[in-house]
Amino acid sequence: MSTLNQPTERTRATSDWREPGFGHGAGLVAGREVSTRLRSKAFLITTGLLMLSVLVTVILSSVLGGTASGPTKVAVVGAASSVVTEPSGLESVPADDLAAAEQLLRDGEVDAIVAPTESVADAGFTAAAPGSAGAASAGLDVTVIGLDQAPGSIASALAIQPPTAIIDPAPADPLLAYFVAFGFGIVFFFAAITFGSTIAASVVEEKQTRIVEILLSTVSARQLLTGKVLGNSILAFGQIIAIAALAIVGLAVTGQRILLGGLGPSVLWFVAFFIVGFVMLAALFAATAATVSRSEDVGGVTTPVTMLVMIPYFLIIFFNDNPTVLTIMSYVPFSAPVGMPVRVFLEQAEWWEPILSLVILAATAALAVLVGERVYRNSLLRTGARVPFMQALRG
Amino acid sequence: MLELDHLTKRYGDRLALDDVSFTVGDGRLTGFVGGNGAGKTTTMRIALGVLSSDGGSVRLDGQPITAADRRRFGYMPEERGLYPKMKVLEQTVYLARLHGWTPAAARRNAIDLLERLGLGERLNDAVESLSLGNQQRAQIAAALVHRPEVLVLDEPFSGLDPMAVDTVQAVLADEAAKGAPVLFSSHQLDVVERLCDDLVIIAGGRIRAAGSRDALREQHGSNRWELLTAGDAGWVRDVPGVTVVSFDGGWALFETETDASRQAVLAEAVRRGEVVSFTREQTTLAQIFREVVQ
Repeated sequence: MSTLNQPTERTRATSDWREPGFGHGAGLVAGREVSTRLRSKAFLITTGLLMLSVLVTVILSSVLGGTASGPTKVAVVGAASSVVTEPSGLESVPADDLAAAEQLLRDGEVDAIVAPTESVADAGFTAAAPGSAGAASAGLDVTVIGLDQAPGSIASALAIQPPTAIIDPAPADPLLAYFVAFGFGIVFFFAAITFGSTIAASVVEEKQTRIVEILLSTVSARQLLTGKVLGNSILAFGQIIAIAALAIVGLAVTGQRILLGGLGPSVLWFVAFFIVGFVMLAALFAATAATVSRSEDVGGVTTPVTMLVMIPYFLIIFFNDNPTVLTIMSYVPFSAPVGMPVRVFLEQAEWWEPILSLVILAATAALAVLVGERVYRNSLLRTGARVPFMQALRG
Repeated sequence: MLELDHLTKRYGDRLALDDVSFTVGDGRLTGFVGGNGAGKTTTMRIALGVLSSDGGSVRLDGQPITAADRRRFGYMPEERGLYPKMKVLEQTVYLARLHGWTPAAARRNAIDLLERLGLGERLNDAVESLSLGNQQRAQIAAALVHRPEVLVLDEPFSGLDPMAVDTVQAVLADEAAKGAPVLFSSHQLDVVERLCDDLVIIAGGRIRAAGSRDALREQHGSNRWELLTAGDAGWVRDVPGVTVVSFDGGWALFETETDASRQAVLAEAVRRGEVVSFTREQTTLAQIFREVVQ
């Protein structure tokens, strides 16, 4: 460099070099995290297995769903028996009147009731698809009644297209609610554990190989941490989007109904909570990992963080039908990313509740990042024995 | 010029650095010598800004040093480290880019440097697959790829094979010749002695000696002299005020307390016949080191 001959003015005026800013360094660190992981066989194999299992699940549910045993039983009231014919695949169970039919339905003897629309209108059941009554122009005017959800498949099996009605309207199918809770839970749990431990491993790798000292002479601990969290977040979202896309395409190809209709708002909330929650956990994983110097010790030291993810996850899975537990869990920062979207799906949450919960989560995440960065910065150059947490915090 | 001014650092109750001050001049190769735990690494980490001091300051050309200045430092930590699974070139380019070089320029710098270090054939090999010597060369590349203007190298010669020692020596001399202040620490006193212009000796967190190598030698000069004559030198024993330490035919190593007795030996030697050489015994760095750290 010609500037070396003028030691009093150490500036580089060249188009090849620019004073690097915060984003430049963090971006490069994030880029390295992503490209390293994408080239890691372990990562590719795990992702492949995960996608394979999703595909297998989709195909199995298609195959098993197609071989449902026996004809579906329906109670027929009065003249409605004429519309339930053999080719429809339905078996009619005659009932004396609507009350008797309702008893059969509540007892689980039948899956639905087919009754003349005029008698249904008098009984005051909830119409599942208002305005479709006019469709039954040919023959008798009938309505198909389900217990807690619209008996769509039975209605469509009939030769004519009757309107449908429900006895006890439920906001959502409880089984579907369980699957939604389970789905959000497993996605968050899996992503947090996988990419959290990836961050932890990457922090310790840099510490163990001592390259962190070279890095710290160029970039700040904050840039390094930001880059790591950013890079692994991109990977986590990428993997989830890929899996979701595979599942949706798989369901569509195998001709299964995609039950995403009522999921829209809860999925959007889930994404928002996931992003903030993931940043919080990533900072905690990075900070705890930075206190040890060998990769063998990462598992032990990050266990408390793993527990923070695991316990709320199981609480949500087991108590998704308990509104009190669910309400509490939807405000606790570690379970909110799963709890609140589930409540939004179940329509249990007021409009302001997810916003409040997200603010709480964001505040906790900000605190986690501040504390995490401090512990991370103060531990990076201390090799050997594990750095006590309080000492790392004080610096 | 890099100036370290009254640095102190505590680790808990232990005072790791106690009022450490010295300068590294432009174009000067400055050797930094001390035993294990003397405070070399702590001092260098503070100079680099990877560690903060509890007192004192680091200045570059008279100005308090900034993060931007430090990015123009080339640093080789004592604990070597690169990403083991990353390719040599990729890794070197990555470090250059972190320092602010554009991708194209970073690549150019990296290839130039790696070829100069004899790693031209191994650009796309993972670091972990390289021999230890080549890993050390890659480490040097990591310290120099961003064209640093100040070098701070912690034990750059430790663990090197003789060929790599030569390479590193040449690189350091090269950088100093270009005007960069170069500070390097080493346990290998012979290497430091051969290479450095200036010397800083630290022990127990305190600077024990600092200055140019020649001045230090002068200061800690020995009172032993060597005489080599064509004939037998046994007569030296009889000169008053002289103690012969060692003697072999025409060669004698002796100690004198006064200039007069030394001159008497020389005069007598000249009177007796041929004097091949008459020199002061060379003080080695090892001797100076032992003397000042005690």
